[in-house]
Amino acid sequence: MAYVEIRNLQKYFGEVRAVDGVNLAVEEGELIVLLGPSGCGKTTLMRMIAGLEQPTAGEIYIAGQRVDEDVPPRARGIAMVFQSYALYPHKTAYDNIAFPLEALRRARSFIRDAVQKAAGMFGIGHLLGRRPRQLSGGERQRVALARAVVRSPRVFLFDEPLSNLDAKLRAVARFELKQFQRQLGTTTIYVTHDQVEAMGLGDRIAVMDRGKVRQVGSPQQVYESPADTFVATFLGSPPMNLVEWSGDTILGFRPENFLPKAVFGPDDGVVSFRLRVREVEHLGASRLVYGMLEERARTDQPVIADLPVTIRAPIAEGEVYDFAVARRALRRFDARTGLSQPDGAA
Amino acid sequence: MALRNEASAMATLAVLRHRTLADREDLLGRLMLAPAMAYVLLLVGAPLVLAVLLSFSSATAGNLSFSWIGLRNFATIVADPQFHSALSNTVVFTLVSQALVIVLATAAAFVLDAAFVGRRLVRFLILLPWAAPVSLAAMAWTWIFDSTFSVINWTLKVAGFLHGWFYWFGDPGLAKIAIVTVHVWRTFPFATVVVLAGMASIPRDISEAAVIDGAGFWRKLFQVDLPLLLPIVTVAVLFGVVFTSTDLGIVYLLTRGGPYNSTHVLASLAFQRGILGADLGQGAAIALFLLPVLIVVAVAMLRVARRTEVGT
Repeated sequence: MAYVEIRNLQKYFGEVRAVDGVNLAVEEGELIVLLGPSGCGKTTLMRMIAGLEQPTAGEIYIAGQRVDEDVPPRARGIAMVFQSYALYPHKTAYDNIAFPLEALRRARSFIRDAVQKAAGMFGIGHLLGRRPRQLSGGERQRVALARAVVRSPRVFLFDEPLSNLDAKLRAVARFELKQFQRQLGTTTIYVTHDQVEAMGLGDRIAVMDRGKVRQVGSPQQVYESPADTFVATFLGSPPMNLVEWSGDTILGFRPENFLPKAVFGPDDGVVSFRLRVREVEHLGASRLVYGMLEERARTDQPVIADLPVTIRAPIAEGEVYDFAVARRALRRFDARTGLSQPDGAA
Repeated sequence: MALRNEASAMATLAVLRHRTLADREDLLGRLMLAPAMAYVLLLVGAPLVLAVLLSFSSATAGNLSFSWIGLRNFATIVADPQFHSALSNTVVFTLVSQALVIVLATAAAFVLDAAFVGRRLVRFLILLPWAAPVSLAAMAWTWIFDSTFSVINWTLKVAGFLHGWFYWFGDPGLAKIAIVTVHVWRTFPFATVVVLAGMASIPRDISEAAVIDGAGFWRKLFQVDLPLLLPIVTVAVLFGVVFTSTDLGIVYLLTRGGPYNSTHVLASLAFQRGILGADLGQGAAIALFLLPVLIVVAVAMLRVARRTEVGT
């Protein structure tokens, strides 16, 4: 059995199916990311694992123990870091971090050592006497992390903990978070709507939409072999181009694979397209080319090409160019269901 | 065509440029504040000044003469045992009733915070005592504490707890208990609503974090919920202290200060001596003893308000 196992979990709020039959197996020590747009059910799923919500149906197991029925949060061996950090505003950083151990009625000397150790792990030992309102956003986040770590939980639950940090800090914090999780080896479930964060952090990503898990896989797997059109367009910025092709098939190819034909060698297996360019955006490291296909496909379908700046070919607005996609980079989806079909020649 | 559009645009701007009274913020502010200022000055400030002046005089309710007698009124009441009893009653009634109100209101607020069927109705019923006029409430309580018909006595007797009989308003101790009860009954609804509002402002995240951190019911209550509620409970207490310590109606309507003048508070004693007894000077002097307490309370409330404004 996996370390955290979720079997056919459902949560209904009246008519709304927030979580609609989710099956998930989280391996011990891995960092799995629940990724999806707002309203997809990822936070509700996490709250049910934490014990803050009761499932309508289904089972949750943590380390082999069934927890969904009447095991309270404190008995599940979990620690949670909230998006707002949820620090107790009237307590010092020390008291915030010590609180879970005080609830366990540990000895004061034990608590002191554990708090110092946790604070040292995040470099906030000098801030222990301050109250949350005297700390910066990054410092508060570290206090929240220390509070989660201090009880040596079996599972970490992170609810978008980086979204309140400014962009520059976010990248650094993401890196440090991953290092810290690797170091501790604790199983971690991480919720986010930010696909860059998901790709950078996760050992595996579970992509969710409207209460269901669409695909679970490594970042590379969900990016390069999306299971359906939702995953294909949710991951990647700009999203994968989807064009209707021959009746019941949708052809998919990522903008970075959609390049001027001249870039490819004569022996490369490619599929050619004619692209009428509408607009070119210069973004520094790359050029985004917006256009329409003039093609045996419907000619009103917009597509985007992402050319690295190392490709010097001149692209002018209003002109038509020969573009191509390598065969192995093409994906096919069923037009009715959106599900991916096995790869084949176009 | 372009010329006509531009001309009409200019005309619109010209109309909008005309300043109405609503645009003149400095004047408008003063104008809107004026009625409130007039009320405060005429109906609060003027009587206060008059009371201070009267306390230094030998004025009576009968004639309009005013002769200065210095601190003689104060000397008289300080030596008067009934004044001491009234002062101690004011303090005791206020402290005891507000202590009970804090505990009951916080408990009620926690109960009402949880969703249950009929919650709206219960909230409405809890607020009713606050809305009822004092005289109406006093009449009802007079009947409840009546020496012959008291429903409390009857219930306790039938349940087997009472072997004698409580003469509520005939016994000084019982009369004080009765007065404190009615005070609690009256101010408890307001305090409950205030604490309920405070609970809504505790972020849900923090409550959930405490649950996940493993805090049981009592630890969460005393270490997380109550400390976060403290600012708003303070406001409720301060309001309650003001209403209870200055209350004339309940004491006067229930006991008239009896039996044997044992349940007088400063407000009712001042009324009895000053208006009924016609010694305005003495009445004013007694009433003025409330002023220090109320100034402390007012300063405390302003500080709480300033702190929430600044957001520390």
